[in-house]
Amino acid sequence: MSRFRKKRGKSSPTIQTASLPDIIFMLLFFFMVVTVLRDTEIIVQVTTPEATELTSLERKSLVHYIYIGRPVERYQHIYGTSPRIQMGDAIRGLGDVAMFVGEHRLRVPENQVPAITTSLRVDQEVTMGIVSDVKTELRKAEQYKVNYSTRPRID
Amino acid sequence: MSNEINAGAMADIAFLLLIFFLVTTTIMEDRGILVRLPPWSDDEPEIVDLNQRNVLSILVNAQNQMLVRGEPFEVDNLKDRAMEFIMNPNDDPDLAESPSDAVISLKNDRGTQYEAYIEVYNEIMAAYNTLRDEASQRQFGAYYDDLSLEQRRIIRSEIPMIISEAEPTEFGEED
Repeated sequence: MSRFRKKRGKSSPTIQTASLPDIIFMLLFFFMVVTVLRDTEIIVQVTTPEATELTSLERKSLVHYIYIGRPVERYQHIYGTSPRIQMGDAIRGLGDVAMFVGEHRLRVPENQVPAITTSLRVDQEVTMGIVSDVKTELRKAEQYKVNYSTRPRID
Repeated sequence: MSNEINAGAMADIAFLLLIFFLVTTTIMEDRGILVRLPPWSDDEPEIVDLNQRNVLSILVNAQNQMLVRGEPFEVDNLKDRAMEFIMNPNDDPDLAESPSDAVISLKNDRGTQYEAYIEVYNEIMAAYNTLRDEASQRQFGAYYDDLSLEQRRIIRSEIPMIISEAEPTEFGEED
């Protein structure tokens, strides 16, 4: 019992902050590893719909993105306001889908080509016409693995 | 006077860097509904004569209204309807003969909103996922996602997911 009492008198009231930078750096590295720098400029506005049956895409090197939505305000004087397709950094037409997929195939080892996934990031307000056209182009390009990108629904 | 470097500001610098990274990066939220598209063929598809009872036709029109087998239907009940159709627990002569015969046929207009389409697709996926989970619980005592590849194949052959998507009709496309 007396042991405790002795200790209390001796301890200094200041908190050691010497290890605080280390902790923060650890957090920093954690975030650097789990996040990705924004690599493409968003030209079309995309708010993905909500869903519950989600699969997560793991290997980012095997995923390419096709965005479909209305151009953001800044680009409306160039591209208008009707839904457009964005691949990479630019607005492209339907005819470019096969080329876009082909470019990705060249960058991937041959045995991993069948695992390439197209992630369709489509705005929830867009109508199915343009989406169906893109799906048809993907089928023609023999790109069958498709992910409809969605947000998890919170009930 | 001590020769130590004052490390007190180090935490502030690290915080600054941390906040910079939080702002400029995005956490990968790469999730969604994974589907497999059918191969494209230029020929007209062969007309396969399916028994009416084995097909659950779902139509979503340009006003985002849904017809299931020609009758108006609410999307909230679609999962239960699909599950009943696939499993047919009471041997109803109007529902699928067996889960492996069941075909869900999905058709929409070009003017159907993407959100409505995904909602319907999501419910169908939910029905299949629930049924597969039930089957794997019954047979292997584990969730479908936790099964080995071989066990999954057994479940998949028992309850295959056959969703047939027709070419959309031309209604209501916006400019």
